[in-house]
Amino acid sequence: MNETTTFADSAGATARPRGNRPVLEVEKLRVEFPTRKGTLRAVDDISFHIDEGEVLGVVGESGAGKSMTGTAIIGLLEPPGRIAGGEVRLEGERIDNLPYEKMRRYRGARIGMVFQDPLTSLNPLYTVGFHLTETIRTHSDLSEKQARQRALDLLSEVGIPAPERRIDQYPHQFSGGMRQRVVVALALCANPRLIIADEPTTALDVSIQAQIIRLLQRLCREHGASVMLITHDMGVIAETADRVAVMYAGRIAEVGPVQEVVKNAQHPYTEGLMGAIPTIGGTHEDLVQIKGSMPRLTQIPSGCAFHPRCPKAFDRCRRERPELMPAGRSEAACWLHDPAEKGRRRGNG
Amino acid sequence: MIAFIVRRLLQSLVVMLVVALLAFSMFRFIGDPVNQMVGVDTTEEVRENLRERLGLNDPVSVQFGRFVVNAAQLDFGISYQHKKEVSNLLAERAPATLELAFLSAIFALIVGVPMGVYTGLHRDSWLSKVFLTVSLVGISLPTFLIGILMIFIFSVWLGWLPSFGRGEVVDLGFWSTGLLTVSGWQAAIMPSITLGLFQMTLIMRLVRAEMLEVLRTDYVKFARARGLPNRAVHFGHALKNTLVPVITITGLQLGSIIAFAIITETVFQWPGMGLMFLQAIQTVDIPIMAAYLILIAFIFVVINLIVDILYYVVDPRLRIDRATAAGH
Repeated sequence: MNETTTFADSAGATARPRGNRPVLEVEKLRVEFPTRKGTLRAVDDISFHIDEGEVLGVVGESGAGKSMTGTAIIGLLEPPGRIAGGEVRLEGERIDNLPYEKMRRYRGARIGMVFQDPLTSLNPLYTVGFHLTETIRTHSDLSEKQARQRALDLLSEVGIPAPERRIDQYPHQFSGGMRQRVVVALALCANPRLIIADEPTTALDVSIQAQIIRLLQRLCREHGASVMLITHDMGVIAETADRVAVMYAGRIAEVGPVQEVVKNAQHPYTEGLMGAIPTIGGTHEDLVQIKGSMPRLTQIPSGCAFHPRCPKAFDRCRRERPELMPAGRSEAACWLHDPAEKGRRRGNG
Repeated sequence: MIAFIVRRLLQSLVVMLVVALLAFSMFRFIGDPVNQMVGVDTTEEVRENLRERLGLNDPVSVQFGRFVVNAAQLDFGISYQHKKEVSNLLAERAPATLELAFLSAIFALIVGVPMGVYTGLHRDSWLSKVFLTVSLVGISLPTFLIGILMIFIFSVWLGWLPSFGRGEVVDLGFWSTGLLTVSGWQAAIMPSITLGLFQMTLIMRLVRAEMLEVLRTDYVKFARARGLPNRAVHFGHALKNTLVPVITITGLQLGSIIAFAIITETVFQWPGMGLMFLQAIQTVDIPIMAAYLILIAFIFVVINLIVDILYYVVDPRLRIDRATAAGH
């Protein structure tokens, strides 16, 4: 397969033409978990959108609410978790309040999802072909034979050699990378408009990671699907995403074009994250560590959740919670970028 | 696969030989067999003759060898009490026990699996709570108590079902069945429920636990994310994955159903092997006891073998050549 060229293509991804209407709009989405100790807010009033054909990277530490956001969008929150507020719109249609059966039909057909671990995403008792034809037939009225042909096409599309032989094999007969290819084929087999990829490469070997990311990228472009790429790997985001949203403690700290966020971070948390990426040729001392760790959901600090760890925190950060505001060419939820604050500081200094 | 079966067969053979040794030692250590065959006033000379004729003066190893060879040909000697061949006696009684065990297992599966699936899927519904409470009763009440309670309610009080026996039996020559007559079915209802109740609650709890486990797995989440209908997710993906442990337990339980039918058979005076075994113990009828022991061991061994083979049918991961996977 020809991955080098597709990767080269994708380097110019930012210049690709876009439709006007966002494929996905999320507005003030809030996900809550009622527990005995009170209600935990895993995702707290977050808003973002994904344009047609766009890859939005979502980064953050574990527990920042990345996966929870993805799961909430596709409507698969495990009870007692629930969407407590806000709206999710897919191509303009509100989907967060649909009845189960209707949403079920959208899953796979309009929103696909790829999970972290290809080893456990496939049912060990069924052949790869069964998984594919089952999904294809759920979302179309193809016959068993047509569905099988489509499954074969998909398998060769995701770069599985000898699909005629492989289609009747079981997941355990595939390597991790091959299995993730099958998972990608499954997510794409009904041509969804949006793919939510939740850490699609975390469980794979480093050498396979790049292949899978390029495959996902190429296929989504060919199928016209937008991608919400959830990961904690900034390297993957930098290579793949058009825009990136940085999440911290259930909120978006910063969102902007990927180059901007990587090279010109506006939020102190993003700065810290970028400083924590090791570079070849950098010395050990160049690695910056963010003090402390992310707060638990039970103990979210007042004001800006990041203020206890923030080197630039000032009084207002402890009292008031910042919303996303323009910051350079991105948006950041940080009072440093509040025009009033800037004015005041200038006045003071 | 073949190598695996051969290996299991050899292991089974060893198990059977050990059990045969145990059964054989009963003859030697639970009283003198000659004493139990002849009257009190038999002379020492006659006794010695008999001993010689029965081969009781041979070395123990020779006697054991003879016992094994005979047992392998289904010859377990003659019952002291019934004065008939033990193998014939067992063959007469086996259909009753096997039918009872079979009906109990079917009942346990047909009721237990759906209840387990239901309680697994609807964890918090009130019906699940009812099922779980009932199952607790089934697990904690002893079999004979449930049997007696049922006799009291359905036979004595309501008079719907017979309280003992097997009803009318049709003899098919090699097999006498109660499943061809109405009275046979009526008579079988209470014993099979009594005998199967414990297994049913066990299966239900097992299926429930497995379902809860499987529903959390990634492949079930992924199946939902692919938009598959609930039915396909629950039964196609989840239930099938719970079957491996369910098959194991059900299989092994089938062995214990047959073995522990003793109590149920006694409560309901069911004319099976268990009842005969109990009577044999009361009269120290060692050939019957030994034969029963060997028979039950044999049933367990066969069932274990079948269970192992069924794994291969259900779980494709085991079908790969063991030689390549011998690492673990």
